[in-house]
Amino acid sequence: MMKTKLTWKSRGAACLVAGLLAWGAPAQADETPGDPFESFNRAMFAVNEGIDMVAMKPIAQAYDFVVPLPAKAGVGNFFGNILDFRNVLNNALQGKGADAGTDLARLLINSTIGIFGLFDVASELGLERHDEDFGQTLAVWGWADSDFLFWPIIGPRTVRDTGGWVVDAYTDPTWYTINKTVAARNSLLALLFVDVRASLLPTDKVVEEAALDKYAYVRDAYLQRRRNQIFDGRPPRLEDVLD
Amino acid sequence: MMNKLIALVFATLLSTFAVAQEAPDVLVKRVTEEVLEIVRNDKDIQKGNTTRVIDLVDAKVLPNFNFRHMTALALGKDWRKATPEQQEKLTAEFKTLLVRTYSNALTGYKNQKIIYKAFRMNSGDTDVLVRTEVQEPGNKPVQLDYSLEKTDAGWKVYDVTVAGISLVTNYREQFAQEVRHGGIDGLIASIAAKNKSLQGNLAKAEGK
Repeated sequence: MMKTKLTWKSRGAACLVAGLLAWGAPAQADETPGDPFESFNRAMFAVNEGIDMVAMKPIAQAYDFVVPLPAKAGVGNFFGNILDFRNVLNNALQGKGADAGTDLARLLINSTIGIFGLFDVASELGLERHDEDFGQTLAVWGWADSDFLFWPIIGPRTVRDTGGWVVDAYTDPTWYTINKTVAARNSLLALLFVDVRASLLPTDKVVEEAALDKYAYVRDAYLQRRRNQIFDGRPPRLEDVLD
Repeated sequence: MMNKLIALVFATLLSTFAVAQEAPDVLVKRVTEEVLEIVRNDKDIQKGNTTRVIDLVDAKVLPNFNFRHMTALALGKDWRKATPEQQEKLTAEFKTLLVRTYSNALTGYKNQKIIYKAFRMNSGDTDVLVRTEVQEPGNKPVQLDYSLEKTDAGWKVYDVTVAGISLVTNYREQFAQEVRHGGIDGLIASIAAKNKSLQGNLAKAEGK
């Protein structure tokens, strides 16, 4: 049962990548350095803006409006606790033993005392989370630069981070623990998407107002944020050119 | 006696100097706390009154920023190709855009807590990073860092980084794109157009 689901997922990923390669071929004169798939990406960005406007954003807004803060915090903590599993794994893969240990302690404390992760007791105790995912692990292993890709629904990624995202899905307990009831699992994934989208609501207006070109703004913000994550919040400074 | 007097005058001068050269982390903390205190007590700002927020930012925040440096950083190597007049115009338009768009973030302020991270600097440093974190129940903490440089007029902020995203260098590709299309003047014109449309929206929203 679970096996067929995962195979279907990897087939889907393979189709997406194949389609992308076919699309990304013609280069445009106006191409931005570091964004060879720009025409594909802009098309997908437009598709995603449409989906977001009619479905994702209204749902997230409704969720944000209806659900009281403690419940929202519980949902955020619950998914955060599941992510700690991924953090333990990837910290270990990157050789960050101390961080892996802290995140393991977080996972154990929050899953038990924190009642399946609904309360983030570990943070109250001063145990900080160290966000790591497989895309970051690949970067630490040497795949530093990767071309940008924009997907509908899942949003901005790079080629490296798309691969990382697939691996993260395989190592996500959400896909395993409740695979017996597909409906429950899918509801959980849907809730995760809504939670993530709702957390981005406050930035919508800022991006809308600040960007000269919204696609480029979102792309560069994503790339900068990833760089920051890869260097654990202390990226090397970019060169400065004043006078 | 005379020696003592000179020493006293000297000490007074030194202490005045020390106040003028407020340490960068102290500056960030003081300004942040002052501004948040005002926001907490201002119902209009909490309701999203943009004009009022911009007035506050103008008075309290902007004197501590170096917009010329910010604009140069956003433009990258094309900055050197711009004439002094273009640099000045561009700085003015970019300043308006940044203030207009990011001031609004303050209207969303509720009960977030600002954590000031441990700060260390050497006596000769002229360029430092002051790190803070915004904490909110139920949300991941957000890293909020300020880059400051030492000038004759004290420390000035020249970059703000939110969750690792520089609000300044995030414009570099967009600026480069505009410069490729219409040169520096084209870039100035498109930021001016953007500011004008934002001003129009604001007038409509507050005219009601």
